[in-house]
Amino acid sequence: MISNLINRKIFALIKVQYSNMMEYRVEIALWAISGIIPFFMLNIWTNNNLNESINISEIMLSRYFLCAFFVRQFSVVWVVFSFEEDSLMGKISPYLIQPLNPFFRYFAQHIAEQITRFPFALIIAFFFFLFNPESIWIPNLGILFLSIISTFLSFLIQFLIQSIVACLCFWTEKASSIERLLFIPTLFLSGLLAPVISFPEYVKSWIYLTPFPYLIDFPANLLSGNETNIVRGFSMQILWIILLFPLFKKIWFRGTKKYTAMGS
Amino acid sequence: MNLKKYINIYTKFLHTSLASELEYKTNILIDLATAILSLIGSIFLLSIFFQNNARVGGWEFEQALIIQGIYTILNGITNTWFNPNLTEIVKHIREGTLDFVLLKPIDSQFFISSKKINPSGFLEIILGFGLLIYCIKINQIYLNFYYLFLCLITLICSICILYSLWFFISTTTIWFVKTWNAIEVLRSFLYIGRFPLNSFSFSLRIFFSVFIPIAFITTIPSEVFLGLTQFWKIFLEVAISGIFIFSSRKFWLFALRFYSSASS
Repeated sequence: MISNLINRKIFALIKVQYSNMMEYRVEIALWAISGIIPFFMLNIWTNNNLNESINISEIMLSRYFLCAFFVRQFSVVWVVFSFEEDSLMGKISPYLIQPLNPFFRYFAQHIAEQITRFPFALIIAFFFFLFNPESIWIPNLGILFLSIISTFLSFLIQFLIQSIVACLCFWTEKASSIERLLFIPTLFLSGLLAPVISFPEYVKSWIYLTPFPYLIDFPANLLSGNETNIVRGFSMQILWIILLFPLFKKIWFRGTKKYTAMGS
Repeated sequence: MNLKKYINIYTKFLHTSLASELEYKTNILIDLATAILSLIGSIFLLSIFFQNNARVGGWEFEQALIIQGIYTILNGITNTWFNPNLTEIVKHIREGTLDFVLLKPIDSQFFISSKKINPSGFLEIILGFGLLIYCIKINQIYLNFYYLFLCLITLICSICILYSLWFFISTTTIWFVKTWNAIEVLRSFLYIGRFPLNSFSFSLRIFFSVFIPIAFITTIPSEVFLGLTQFWKIFLEVAISGIFIFSSRKFWLFALRFYSSASS
């Protein structure tokens, strides 16, 4: 009964947000374009034959970076920035009165944006294959299914981390600078710019304990058919979600107690 | 007389915006940490490229660090001046406050591009110069006045090109209203400036020197710094930055003719 109610709410929210996002198609197309950095990186790798030193063929590397692009497209999170604006403007107050955690609203916003983004990502992939026809491949259904799940888990991890940071808005007005700080290790260690396998040994020894390689490197390796440890990947993703979720609940609970609405 | 007035106004701008930015002290500290981490991250990425290769795109690691230094300086300048001001244009146009800017008896472009300052970019500029000084040592560069003069000229030209690119994109807001994401696209393209132009394939090299002159922004000043460049390249850069500054000015005046203020 209760889960049914939540489901209906979620679907209603997603529908509303989807029509909202459709209004900003050009925006979202541009946003999709701004994610093409992995392709520039691929160009550096292959143009200088750097891939030979890490024993990945050119084709596999290009598939890796294409998948990294896709995983990134569907795991981008910006909840801090929305939440910061809403809390600075005092828009949070009406949301707090409603019998629904406002983060469901942001969650629906992200899902709706991903649905809108999907066709643009496909177009970019089409152009990629036009220039690199030899790297076309069709992953089998099982792998495709697993990598969609792992991309979604990666999205959940990032959503939880950012939501925790967003809750810091209750204490300090500008939490987005903390997010920008956290984005730096995400950018360099997640495998968006270089596959984790190419990292030097002194980094590889500890990096698999952090959440970073499971954000992009693991799902991208899975989808592109590069070698990866599937069991470890999924268990680490789930472990991080289990660790982060209670933390989020706690900080949300404390924060809402601390919250004083603007003008009151 | 006129110049004196503008200098006077600019010191006022500096005063007010520094005062308001220093309200968020912890924010500035976090931004400083972000700048340091970001530099470490990009040097880490470079070291991955060079770990099994002596040269990438004809550049040695020590030489590629110069590009990194110049990129850091330019990024600091962008974060200090361009980013806080030119993203404001979007807000001015959406909320119709551009009217107030246009009514003031000073140049609107001057007002819009110099109103704000974000002190956290200063550290990046200092870090960049520090890295350059270190590069002078490890590359055994011989310093003299003539050489420093050439370096300064190319650096100033790069700043002009960078400013014009930002200003171009922001000006298009007058027609498209929401250009946040166009700025994101520019930012992701500028990211390429961290790497030597020669490390890309031929077609991308053409793209980055003709359409978006990122090549001129970092690679040519770095070549000058190394004492490798030919004179025609410096002349070309001066000419191009002149064209960019001139046309961005003309474009702004042209765009203003299409400005119809909000709610009128």
